[in-house]
Amino acid sequence: MARTLARPATLAATQAHRRKTDWHALTAHAILVAAVALLAFPLYYAFVISTQTLSEVTTMPPKPWPSGALFGNYVDAWQRANMGRLLVNSAIVALSVAIGKIAISLLSAFAIVYFDFRGKHVVFWMIFVTLMLPVPVRIVSTYQVMSVLGWVNTYWGLAVPLMASATGTFLFRQFFRTIPDSLAEAAQLDGAGPMRFLWTILLPLSKANMAALFVILFVAGWNDYLWPLMITNTPDMRTAVIGIETLVPRTSQLPEWNIAMAAAMMVLLPPVAVIVAMQRWFVKGLIETEK
Amino acid sequence: MKRSVFPNRWLPYALVAPQIVITVVFFFWPAFDSLRLSLYRASPFGDRLIFVGLTNFERLFRDDASLRSLVTSFVFSFAVTFVGLALALLLAALANAKIRGLTVYRSLLLWPYGIAPAIAGIIWLFVFHPSYGILPWLLSFVTAYQFNWFLKGWVAMVLIIVAAIWKQFGYNLAFYLAGLQAIETSVLEAASVDGAGPVRRFFTITFPLLSPVTFFLFTLNMTFSFFDSFGLVHAVTQGGPGDATSILVYRAWKDGFEGLQLGYSAAQSVVLMALVMLLTAFQFRFAEKKVTY
Repeated sequence: MARTLARPATLAATQAHRRKTDWHALTAHAILVAAVALLAFPLYYAFVISTQTLSEVTTMPPKPWPSGALFGNYVDAWQRANMGRLLVNSAIVALSVAIGKIAISLLSAFAIVYFDFRGKHVVFWMIFVTLMLPVPVRIVSTYQVMSVLGWVNTYWGLAVPLMASATGTFLFRQFFRTIPDSLAEAAQLDGAGPMRFLWTILLPLSKANMAALFVILFVAGWNDYLWPLMITNTPDMRTAVIGIETLVPRTSQLPEWNIAMAAAMMVLLPPVAVIVAMQRWFVKGLIETEK
Repeated sequence: MKRSVFPNRWLPYALVAPQIVITVVFFFWPAFDSLRLSLYRASPFGDRLIFVGLTNFERLFRDDASLRSLVTSFVFSFAVTFVGLALALLLAALANAKIRGLTVYRSLLLWPYGIAPAIAGIIWLFVFHPSYGILPWLLSFVTAYQFNWFLKGWVAMVLIIVAAIWKQFGYNLAFYLAGLQAIETSVLEAASVDGAGPVRRFFTITFPLLSPVTFFLFTLNMTFSFFDSFGLVHAVTQGGPGDATSILVYRAWKDGFEGLQLGYSAAQSVVLMALVMLLTAFQFRFAEKKVTY
């Protein structure tokens, strides 16, 4: 940035500035550390509860440090919620929605940018309109369509209807338009067909965008609530976010919050791990998908 | 526009086919069906549909409960968005300095985005738990008031607002920090030479320069609090106590799936559809502003 333009200053002024910014920097660090700690506290507290026994959880005052029941609680939560099955379901749904959306939107963006065909504008507007039709605005009728197709309580039903993506299509469309025309011309001169061009040139160039989209879509797919709640009706087809509700103690039940928190920790770990591991792509994805 | 175009008659149709098939079958068909259903009522035995015209909408707009639900939705969304953004901006402005380790802070701020609203809600449900939660316990030293969200609607509302803000807060703060770092210090220094105090500098220079970030975060938080918060309400308060936290999406779902009032639920869907269109139009109306990041 042009910030360097503001550099020329007298030495004295720079030194005075430096002494002042030191205080400033210290305050900044203090505030940020406090913010980070405050954000982390609920998660830390949930983890602590997941390591305590039932009597420790229900004894006041609360005990804010870990105890020894970690292993027992997690095994208990795993068995009672049929956690293995739930996590597998979530992984299948999140991965297939993310990969399917990327593939489908990449292909449509390729068609829209690199071909002239009748009805192109209609196609474009049809995709655009889906932005205004999220699941909540078509709750009952989507369920009816699913039962007509016989897709209620199936993996097909959980994943396929979520694979259309206006944001993904627009993202790839924007990106393809920044690629110089000469690349496609050169490919055509070399006798490469469109699919070969897509596979050997466009795909490798799109890697960063695909990674960015993947993080956002995986997290959204894993954490989605309304769709799997509507489409599934047996415990073995539930996804993890919904399935662990059976472990949350209601008023009349034994307050086994340690088991509930152990389950919560296991369900939140995969998406949080993806964000932490792919942070660079995550930030890119957040910005690009909202443009 | 691209000038180099592949000459092929059928391939582009094959390429857009998956997208279009899904769009038509799972978006357009149900959306039109919602419009149609909203004009019908299921017969007492649920075996056929009776045409009732606009009765569902009439009932919707006359019903006190739906008005309350609309108010609840707006209170929730605006509280999450405005309180969340104001807090994030305040902290970011206070912490805006040329310091090292900003990327480390960013990593430590972004992770809560990955937590499902329902899971965030379950964690906060326990923090607020009247008998075992740490928050009512701490508050009991200050006041004798019982912060029991099972009984008191406003406490339940605060509970879901806090859980939603918690989930969103980290990246709100991270984006404001990045936005502030990108502002030229020379502009602020010039204003300071002209005698503008820090508060005045903030409102006349910093805040307007941050408007693209604010707009971006505003849209993200509004969409989140309007739609993605369904899981939070369903997993934590189930709309209660009473209907204190029954937001629009939750009500449409409940009337359709638990009440089996298909036409009435569809009418609510149609109203929601209109709201989304307004939001999208708003977003695109101001889209030109969002070019600088």
